[in-house]
Amino acid sequence: MGIVDFFRARRNRRDSASVAKERLQIIVSHERAEQGGPDYLPMLRQELLEVVRRYVTVDPDAVRVDVERDDSHEVLELNITLPEQQEEV
Amino acid sequence: MSRIVVITSGKGGVGKTTTAASLASGLARAGFKVAVVDFDVGLRNLDLVMGCERRVVFDFVNVINGDARLNQALIKDKRLGNLSILPASQTRDKEALTEEGVEQVINDLRDQFDYIICDSPAGIERGSHLAAYHADDAIVVTNPEVSSVRDSDRVLGLLASRTRRAERGDAPVQEYLLLTRYDPQRVKRGDMLSVEDVQEILAVSLLGVIPESDVVLNASNAGVPVVLEENTDAGQAYDDAVARYLGDERPHRFLQTERKGLLGRMFGGS
Ligand SMILES: Nc1ncnc2c1ncn2[C@@H]1O[C@H](COP(=O)(O)OP(=O)(O)OP(=O)(O)O)[C@@H](O)[C@H]1O
Ligand SMILES: [Mg+2]
Repeated sequence: MGIVDFFRARRNRRDSASVAKERLQIIVSHERAEQGGPDYLPMLRQELLEVVRRYVTVDPDAVRVDVERDDSHEVLELNITLPEQQEEV
Repeated sequence: MSRIVVITSGKGGVGKTTTAASLASGLARAGFKVAVVDFDVGLRNLDLVMGCERRVVFDFVNVINGDARLNQALIKDKRLGNLSILPASQTRDKEALTEEGVEQVINDLRDQFDYIICDSPAGIERGSHLAAYHADDAIVVTNPEVSSVRDSDRVLGLLASRTRRAERGDAPVQEYLLLTRYDPQRVKRGDMLSVEDVQEILAVSLLGVIPESDVVLNASNAGVPVVLEENTDAGQAYDDAVARYLGDERPHRFLQTERKGLLGRMFGGS
């Protein structure tokens, strides 16, 4: 293995742990938001996604549903990320 | 007041039973009266890791069904007089552990022991729920690997919502992270999550880091809890973790590779 390959290989390999970390941060925050909330959240999310998709093409993770709680009430927070260029379907 | 400690993980095969055996032995060696309970119905293994498999007569389910008294089923450890093991049943009937039965046994154990260590089965179903339900403390055993970390996060959520403490609105279960099978060399190369990465994601207090080590397999082959193998890396790492659990501050060891020069890294093989 030449010296250039050596450094390239090192750099590429460094990536795999950081990719893992990034993916984990995203999925874990997703699952935390759904957990502890009402059981219908995943289904609500899925149906909202279908509705949105009648109008725009979005990724499966474009719809986020979070429940925020404080002492007196719960807030259902919906986040829908639209693509850069909003194409009509 | 005795403390109930669950060893849990979600994902299977990450080192729960290894940890339960070592924590129980470490606490007993520190002078506490300890019972370690195998909740893995149908897949009894703690007895093998503790080296008492030939002395099992009655088990957890026998006690619940009233076929044996608790003290007939408890096996006294040969090495540490104040340590006892309650083996799991090998029945295939997963319903054999009932909520009331488990509660009764836990309460009876409280009368005799300072620490009751519950070795949870994998998964997030009934068995692991029963093992965690009465916990005051939880040690979440995690490997530095995506699916294990994700499952640990799920389990942390359940500990916060589905335990007796949560249901009663008592102080929450005290949660600890134990990172096992850690390979500093692979972390350094960038193909294994680092202890900092895992801590950042799970955000619970770090009880210890146990290195990946052949010693663990050898110890379980021999039926000796690895914490008793005093001159080994994994044994010392478990000893540190037990001391930290008891409130000692100890620096984390075995997190670094031995330093090699550039040539060593290029030609040292990987
Ligand atoms: N630090 C370590 N280094 C090397 N091997 C290890 C280490 N910790 C555990 N192991 C090995 O991993 C395997 C699984 O360990 P163990 O039985 O403790 O896991 P578990 O979480 O209890 O599994 P299960 O979910 O099936 O109950 C065993 O073969 C054990 O020897
Ligand atoms: Mg096990």
